[in-house]
Amino acid sequence: MANGFNEMYEPLGGVRPHYQAFDRWLNSTPEAQIERRRREAEISFHRVGITFSVYGEESGNERLIPFDLVPRIVPAVEWRMLEAGLRQRVHALNLFLDDVYGEQRILREGLVPRALVLENSAYRQEMRGIRVPGGTWSHISGIDLVRAGDGEYYVLEDNLRVPSGVSYMLENRRMMARLLPELFSRQQIAPVERYPDALLEILREAAPAGIDNPVVAVLTPGSANSAYFEHAFLAQQMGVELVEGADLFVRDLSVYARTTRGPQRVHVIYRRINDEYLDPTVFRPDSLLGVPGLFDAYRAGRVTLANAPGTGVADDKSVYPYVPEMIRFYLSEDPILHNVPTYQLRREDDLRYTLEHLAELVVKEVHGAGGYGMLVGPASTKAEIEEFRLRILARPENYIAQPTLSLSTCPTFVESGLAPRHIDLRPYILCGKRIHVIPGGLTRVALREGSLVVNSSQGGGTKDTWVLEGGA
Amino acid sequence: MLCRTANDLYWASRHMERAENTARLIDVTRRMALLPERYDRGKAEAAPWRRALDALGIAEPVLARYGIIDADTVLKHLLLAADNPSSVFSCLRAAREAARAQRVAITAEMYEDLNTSWLDMRGTSWARIHGDGISNLLEWIKSRSASFRGVTIGTLGRGEGYHFLQLGAFIERADWAIRLLDIAGSPESHDGHESQDAAEYFRWSALLQSLSAFETYRRLYRESVSAERVAELMLLQETNPRSLLTCTHTLHQVLQTLAGGQAMEAVRRAGALSAQSRYARIDEVLANGLEAWLQDALARLSGLGDEIHRQFMVSTDIAQLAQTQAQNAA
Repeated sequence: MANGFNEMYEPLGGVRPHYQAFDRWLNSTPEAQIERRRREAEISFHRVGITFSVYGEESGNERLIPFDLVPRIVPAVEWRMLEAGLRQRVHALNLFLDDVYGEQRILREGLVPRALVLENSAYRQEMRGIRVPGGTWSHISGIDLVRAGDGEYYVLEDNLRVPSGVSYMLENRRMMARLLPELFSRQQIAPVERYPDALLEILREAAPAGIDNPVVAVLTPGSANSAYFEHAFLAQQMGVELVEGADLFVRDLSVYARTTRGPQRVHVIYRRINDEYLDPTVFRPDSLLGVPGLFDAYRAGRVTLANAPGTGVADDKSVYPYVPEMIRFYLSEDPILHNVPTYQLRREDDLRYTLEHLAELVVKEVHGAGGYGMLVGPASTKAEIEEFRLRILARPENYIAQPTLSLSTCPTFVESGLAPRHIDLRPYILCGKRIHVIPGGLTRVALREGSLVVNSSQGGGTKDTWVLEGGA
Repeated sequence: MLCRTANDLYWASRHMERAENTARLIDVTRRMALLPERYDRGKAEAAPWRRALDALGIAEPVLARYGIIDADTVLKHLLLAADNPSSVFSCLRAAREAARAQRVAITAEMYEDLNTSWLDMRGTSWARIHGDGISNLLEWIKSRSASFRGVTIGTLGRGEGYHFLQLGAFIERADWAIRLLDIAGSPESHDGHESQDAAEYFRWSALLQSLSAFETYRRLYRESVSAERVAELMLLQETNPRSLLTCTHTLHQVLQTLAGGQAMEAVRRAGALSAQSRYARIDEVLANGLEAWLQDALARLSGLGDEIHRQFMVSTDIAQLAQTQAQNAA
């Protein structure tokens, strides 16, 4: 497999301009000292308890997401392009959601197949006709970007349901600033620390009309959830309550928290549980995580849910190929960020092509997430490919396929020293009265040599992401 | 504050206090087990260890489970047993889990402190304890408890969260003041033998030492160690930070703060308990039977615990619902 675009080094070995300050530091710092700081980082992450639990493993098995000391650096000019592209994309996705749950203009125009949207399992009938405050559906979005062989950025997928990982962005930065303060004085690195503040701002802006001083809460499935650390972290950083479903109840269409001083009204819920668990009286009746009556209160406009239920229909992998079309339709602009070319296996031609080229392609389940339910052709055995072929043939409409991109690499500390490893990037976008694009994001790195799967549940690590200000 | 948060904080500090007192209980028991056999009938049958279990009211289940009561069994059960919810292992785990669930309500330093304790405890094995010595482990447990208490006092804002942590710690400590007194044996079994006097002195001073209260005793009484004085120190002396009086007095104050002038059953109960230890006289208590007095205090403490739970940790709408249902059923 091709090694892909190297973020730090030019093809002939020279150091790219935006990595030169880091390279000088690397060369002038004794190896033992670097090793010491790497160990310090690990101990510190463990003590602070920044861990995640892995599904399918014994409960209470908390793992550390490996943190790598080499930052991913994005030059200012590149970031300006990315920022404009992310803003444009998230804006269009919100307009799309408002449309498909409202007038459905884009379906009537025939630009997106009607059935693809309306019969999608992520489309929430219950949301038809609901006007959400400010027209914002996806308040918090995470857009996954990758760079292919020529260094061009592509959007790999959109995350509009409950995107996670932002706590790692913040903690990685805190760790880098603590361990390597000298690097921050050599370069102008855009700060990401304002994220919790901006999040609180957009959540308060999303409050139902007429509430002067809205009470915000973060709704978590509980401490057994793999992202619990993040839920607690964000609630703490914003200074709001972290609640579980059982801490809330609904009376007369208002949502209350059970407190030591009796019931207290809640106006905005940043929910970190999936749609189907929100309210057992409307969605999954067996859910113990949600709040009975919550959806009625929401529909009555007495409480805001962020993100709104039903956003999943816009980030579904079967709808993804149509995002460029949405941008043209709603904004009359050309898309700044490109999609990865995608074969839709519900189409006969695409299906035939894919089945003939399984060994070269990446095939993904349209509703899958977290790197589960996908086939990376070039990295799979013949038997794995044949097994997957049967799964595709059973339900072709359930899959899409994309060319295997040779993701860009970044030098990473591994057993044998510094070596290139594949990375991606998830920037976070907050939508309120304005759209905030946080300068940076979460860079995930596939620690196994040659691996393209960066998910933390599959052995991925993370890096700090530096967006440079001005100059190179 | 959420009811669930109040409940978790209360139990986080209760569990840390329980771990510390379990260490002190083991400490005093080990000291007593040093007495030569002729001073302590039944020592060969591990009488001191049995008394330790009796003080906790768990001798029968432990015997049923392990088939034997000896030093190793009791130590394993009280320190390491994952299926004993009150073992030090389980206490540190429960405190850390509660703190993890309530990271938002406490300071980062408090969580990191409990997390460190738990990670170290999890890495401990019976073989390692044997290698390092039990004393080292007991010192470690006490210092972990002290560390959490110190970080809490030093970093947490004096709001509701702080008050619920206080409630948990002091209700647990009050309970142990009574139980630890129990373990040193009842003061009435006197038949005047010199060996018995020596044994009794040994036991009471072992108790004082394991509570770091020997110096306090000497300063306060300036006389030889006697059962009567030790009982007074443990129950009725405000200068002793672990006495029943200190604990119930603190509970009363904290509950008054939480009530903010409102009439509350929990405040009344804590006040009554506190007054009972403040105005009791040790000679009267002994004359009327110490055991009965202790049992009564234990029962009232437990009642206070239930009342705190009902007042703050059960949501009002559930309470109202239960009330309505009860009325409808009637």
